[in-house]
Amino acid sequence: MIRLDHVHKVYDLGEVQVHALRGVSLEIQRREFVAIMGASGSGKSTLMNIVGCLDRPTRGHYYLEGVEVSGLSKIELARIRNRRIGFVFQQFNLLPRTSALENVELPTVYAGIPLEEREERARQALERVGLTDRAHHYPSQLSGGQQQRVAIARALVNRPSILLADEPTGNLDSRTSVEIMDLFQELNDTDGLTIVTVTHEHDIARYAKRTIEFRDGRVRRDAPVVDRLLGREVLPTLPVLDDFAQEEAFEERAGATGQTAPAV
Amino acid sequence: MDFRNTLRLALRALARNKLRSSLTMLGIIIGVGAVIATVSIGQGAQFVIQQGIEAMGTNAVFIGAGSNRPGGTRMGYFGTRTLVLDDMKAILREVPIIRDAAPMVFTRGQVVYQNQNWSTRIEGTSPSYFSIRRLAVQSGGAFSEEEVESAANVCVLGPTVVRILFPNEDPVGKTIRVRDIPFRVIGVLEAKGQSPMGEDQDDKIIAPYTTVQRKIAGITWLHYINASAISRDAAEAAVPQVEALLRDRHRIRPGEDDDFFVRTQSEVADLATATQRTLTLLLGSVAAVSLIVGGIGIMNIMLVSVTERTREIGVRMAVGATESDVRGQFLVEAVTLSMVGGIMGILMGVIASALITNLLAWPTQISVQAIVVAAIVAAGVGIAFGYFPAWKASQLDPIEALRYE
Repeated sequence: MIRLDHVHKVYDLGEVQVHALRGVSLEIQRREFVAIMGASGSGKSTLMNIVGCLDRPTRGHYYLEGVEVSGLSKIELARIRNRRIGFVFQQFNLLPRTSALENVELPTVYAGIPLEEREERARQALERVGLTDRAHHYPSQLSGGQQQRVAIARALVNRPSILLADEPTGNLDSRTSVEIMDLFQELNDTDGLTIVTVTHEHDIARYAKRTIEFRDGRVRRDAPVVDRLLGREVLPTLPVLDDFAQEEAFEERAGATGQTAPAV
Repeated sequence: MDFRNTLRLALRALARNKLRSSLTMLGIIIGVGAVIATVSIGQGAQFVIQQGIEAMGTNAVFIGAGSNRPGGTRMGYFGTRTLVLDDMKAILREVPIIRDAAPMVFTRGQVVYQNQNWSTRIEGTSPSYFSIRRLAVQSGGAFSEEEVESAANVCVLGPTVVRILFPNEDPVGKTIRVRDIPFRVIGVLEAKGQSPMGEDQDDKIIAPYTTVQRKIAGITWLHYINASAISRDAAEAAVPQVEALLRDRHRIRPGEDDDFFVRTQSEVADLATATQRTLTLLLGSVAAVSLIVGGIGIMNIMLVSVTERTREIGVRMAVGATESDVRGQFLVEAVTLSMVGGIMGILMGVIASALITNLLAWPTQISVQAIVVAAIVAAGVGIAFGYFPAWKASQLDPIEALRYE
């Protein structure tokens, strides 16, 4: 579904040339759940930009669902971003002073879908992420986790086949991060969505099925996840934050049995 | 692009910061308002002049004593003593396309009745004057040829004079003192209101010219002659004929200036129109400058807006907005700004015109054409000055934009 064939990306900054990707070749099939890891400057962000059709390779080929993307025009790329790919960002990137429903609607506007259908799709997407009752709230009235869910709903509204997430849990607390990863797993298992997420936290990567490690613009390691975590199993073991009594009880018990909640 | 939705979104974006939007629109509002008000004043003046011409009769020919220096300062008008009644008779005799004529002398003086007094214009003329100038008498009547012949002490009062001297009674039949000479009031003129030049046309008394010449002004000549030609074209044709006749009678040699001047309505109208046009052009230029400044203001704010919303633009592109989508969005916002400003400017212009008419008593006439042009120009300003920021927005690199702090 996603195939990169000897992809290079070079940034020309005048005097210096930055070789962000040096001949990357990889394949991601349908229904996979991949975590891309690596330090800053390893090329993982550049890879995501290319996979997400926000950028073009300098050399090499990128095939998305069989179509060679490198040769497409800006408008065609925009169309792909609109219909086939859903983006989720670390900083949510919701439009401020716009309701959740209207935020989720945004991609449908650019898809040229008529008004009634737009609203209906947006509602369905919000329902999918469990935020129906927050449809008319503004981002400032939503918690971090809720905002990210709205962003995920927005990514899903045009029913794409791929979800690309760039450090989706970076701005979230530990419990909420697990809730989001749990949602991702549900979307992957139940809805068959292919998910590629960038993260620098190993514990988050354990929710995926496969990890690809980048270093210096190359793939250093590409292997399935062995000690996979399942959100629905982890969540009950986590304390609900802001309930101090419960937290204390958890810590006591954890201390007594030697079991610790996974450090997220 | 779904237009109504885009418009709604644009209005929302502007409403988010009402203060900023209002200040940005100020230039457009003032520019458009000024244009509308200026044009309506011009139209109003034109209309009144037209009406004045209709009232005077388009066939009017006006012969005045005095020099007619180019540029028309008032220093030489009515200053000579060579225009006389026989000139008028000669004109009637020898210029057949002049149908009728009335002599005119004027001065100012105190009029008194009981304990009221007033300084007013005193005009002396013949009965034909009333028909030539289409002046109606609302009560009583005008004087007769016999009264002219006998230089009777009779007069017709203008409504303003009546209001002051006779607040509570009917003036007809009463005796007033004009420059200390008793006159009997035989009629009251119909109200005419203000002239295009701002004079109160009702503030005068009219008496036989013989009376005014001998008993009040102490002159034997005329100040001017009001004549009427058989048609409008005849009025134009009469001018050189009258001029030739009078040059001959006054023994003016070729090369010497006339000691009189002859005018028709068209000259008056042309002069007024030219003045009006210059004024309109001047004020219009100021308004145009204001519009340009307003446009620059819009461009400035849109550039700021684009920078502020860099992240947002990146997100929109990431979810599928094309360059044209982004450009269109900001262009609509800019045009919405300028159109809303334009509409408010039109409203202000209309209100200003109404206020001017009410407070300054200047006539105004709202021009629908000006409103349409103003609306189109406002839209144009929005498009012209909004294009560059919109284009800039569309050229942002989505990756850079998403990274923008």
